[in-house]
Amino acid sequence: MASPRRLAVAVPVLAAALALSACTAGETAVDPTDGSEASTATATPSDGGTEAAGGEQVTIGLVAEPANFDFTTTDGAAIPEALLVNVYETLVKLDDSGEIVPLLATDWTVSDDGLTYDFTLVEDATFSNGDPFDAEAVKFSIEQVQNDWTVSLAAGMEVVESVEVVSPTEVRVQLSAPSNNWLFRMTTRIGAMFSPTGVDDLAETPIGTGPYVVEEWIRGDRINFVARDDYWGDPPAYDRVTLRYFADGSALNNALLGGDINVIGTVQAPEAMAQFEGDDYEIIEGTTNGEVVLSFNNDNPPLDDVRVRQAIRYAIDNEAVIDTAWAGYGTLIGSMVPPTDPWYEDRTGDYPRDLDEARRLLEEADATDITLDFVVPNLPYAVAAAQTVQSNLDEVGITADIETVEFPAVWLEDVFTNGDFHMSIIAHVEPRDIASFANPDYYWSYDNAEVQQLLADADAGTPEDQVELTADAARIISEEAASEFLFLAPNLIVSDGTVAGLPVNDVGESFDFTTLEPAG
Amino acid sequence: MLFQLLTRTLTFVVSLAVASVLVFAFMTVLPGDPAEVALGTNATPEAVAQMREQFGTDRPLPAQYVDWVTGLPSGDFGVSYVTRVEIGPQIVDRMLVTLWLVTGGMVVAILIALPLGTLAAVRQGTWSGTVLAAISQVGVAIPGFLAGLLLVSVFAVRLGWFPTGGWVPPATDPGEFLRRLALPALALGLVQGSVLSRYVRSTVLNVRREDFIRTARSKGLLPRQALVRHGLRNAAVPVVTVLGLQLSTLLVGAVVVERVFVIPGIGSLLLDGVGDRDLLLVQGVVMVLVVAILGINWLVDLLYTVIDPRLRAPS
Repeated sequence: MASPRRLAVAVPVLAAALALSACTAGETAVDPTDGSEASTATATPSDGGTEAAGGEQVTIGLVAEPANFDFTTTDGAAIPEALLVNVYETLVKLDDSGEIVPLLATDWTVSDDGLTYDFTLVEDATFSNGDPFDAEAVKFSIEQVQNDWTVSLAAGMEVVESVEVVSPTEVRVQLSAPSNNWLFRMTTRIGAMFSPTGVDDLAETPIGTGPYVVEEWIRGDRINFVARDDYWGDPPAYDRVTLRYFADGSALNNALLGGDINVIGTVQAPEAMAQFEGDDYEIIEGTTNGEVVLSFNNDNPPLDDVRVRQAIRYAIDNEAVIDTAWAGYGTLIGSMVPPTDPWYEDRTGDYPRDLDEARRLLEEADATDITLDFVVPNLPYAVAAAQTVQSNLDEVGITADIETVEFPAVWLEDVFTNGDFHMSIIAHVEPRDIASFANPDYYWSYDNAEVQQLLADADAGTPEDQVELTADAARIISEEAASEFLFLAPNLIVSDGTVAGLPVNDVGESFDFTTLEPAG
Repeated sequence: MLFQLLTRTLTFVVSLAVASVLVFAFMTVLPGDPAEVALGTNATPEAVAQMREQFGTDRPLPAQYVDWVTGLPSGDFGVSYVTRVEIGPQIVDRMLVTLWLVTGGMVVAILIALPLGTLAAVRQGTWSGTVLAAISQVGVAIPGFLAGLLLVSVFAVRLGWFPTGGWVPPATDPGEFLRRLALPALALGLVQGSVLSRYVRSTVLNVRREDFIRTARSKGLLPRQALVRHGLRNAAVPVVTVLGLQLSTLLVGAVVVERVFVIPGIGSLLLDGVGDRDLLLVQGVVMVLVVAILGINWLVDLLYTVIDPRLRAPS
């Protein structure tokens, strides 16, 4: 038996030993040479400045964190969402209504044949590394997209034949064929202007002409931006902006309720919106570019029969889908065009819910009692919408066999790459992505020569032609039921009422926080 | 003694080697392709092929495995496909965050379990003992993420006493660090504390029936004195075993709790890595966790002999 003195300390020793083992065990894992408790305390990530001191500050909660800062080689919406307009600027940008307006170019002219663009650049603009922004930088940036970018979006710059430096503030771009889309693409990430000496560490150190620079990035948590004092344009109202990232929609809501953030940049749990109703919060609802599509594999029988696809469109109750998927928020569209595009037409009347017509078409196509592989990504809106679609289709004798797969990895492999599906549901968020219906190799295998010709002519014609021809294409896509267009995802923003200037519509690739200002 | 040390080390190395093969094999058979994920819905087959070449995932599997595993002993985990930074320092940063969380959870668990379990044992058969046992039963049944959500909605959203989440390193602001650690540590520790308290209760119950307690009583000690002086130390051995196992559970539980509280620890790194099919990153994280858990087990073995001299090998 041990002495009473030793017994008396047994419990504290036990606790201390365990606390120590918690530290030491972990230390063994990361650094076998250093097992002391003290080092645990000091070696914690020390770069963690948090809420800023002094000046106006705003914190915005978002969902998808960038993987890195280099959108020249990494795809995905998260990087331009954080950096475009705020850090990287383009020659032209989209305003809230979808119009192309000046940014780094004060104005521009287009030759009558649509092949030559002459841009006049702002004077005095500099990059955050001190380099001047001039025509050389424009030439460098455009040629970089053609030569060094690895993301597929870079194809948007293929139409450029040459870039000529006329003077430090004048640049001439020569296209190989007229293209309305090209100027629009210049508002997106491929139009971002880079400094010839500022591209060595794109993944971690973005250098642009915008009003903000990245101050620090705590991966898995937040990015802190600070306003430049040498910005060429009007200084933004907020000195500091923090983007915080929440993988979980409820955690994002709670952060606003708990006062940790000022703005939910994009609501992910709309079913809980009721808690923001009332005077304490401001809810902003507008449109996005995110068409939520019930996509058909147009190649895969029986969906290669237009009547079967049309029957499905007649069978779907879009209002019910929008209620389950987005708690009733969002807009019905009917085709692949959001209301902010110039060629928008209300196509929601093309396929009103009509179960008799759906059954008649199925009978005519000899496709009664069919079973379809319904491969659904494990995203909340898609899973919820799929249930409604399934029961809608059941009413007309179509069995939709739901298989839920992990997004993005498995969905991309099964559906997008291998085309191993009949139907799927996904939000197509790229701006003006009606063009994907002109690509017969795209995952929905829609091959219609007329649509392809219309969209090619729309790109090459006058802006008026473009509106008319693209609207025609959208009509054919809807009538042929190339897909079922369930609804347009809403731009749903909630703020604590301290922030003004939040965008009603989300039309570009950026979460533009340069126009935000304190309310009141 | 030397032989024991050698076999332990050998077991450790073999376990690691086997684990490295399993981890690598598992990530390989997981459906999905890192190049496809990196390129998303704008991908063309050519771009995917180019990306595979850039990542090196187009090479034969054995070559990829050897390349990866030979870097490990020197701490070279490779460069992440997605973030394109060195994986080693990333794991260290995130692991340190998780260690604070796990330590906090462990402290909470012990603070709950020792008094609750001992009291439940001492009061066995009485009304209050049953209530205490029931409390721990309820605690066991609540998953960590649910505890986390409840704690957030009550103490952060409704009462506003704590932030809803996020992380501040202790070196930056110790007060804020503790405020932000409190709820996640509680969420982790509540469940583990309930589990642990049941072990504490049953071992204390067992110990009370031991001969040496009867001997102590016959020397004139009160039941409480006998239990505190002779019982607790003897009860500690099985409790330490469970604690060691729980430490591994805590690491796993931290993955979920980090998600709820938006804490940039090893768990969120792992989940993001799996989602992106960032193979090298996931392999690196899992290997570190394997080393940590094997290390914990080894430490627990050592602790037995410290606590209970009867378990020391005859010298």
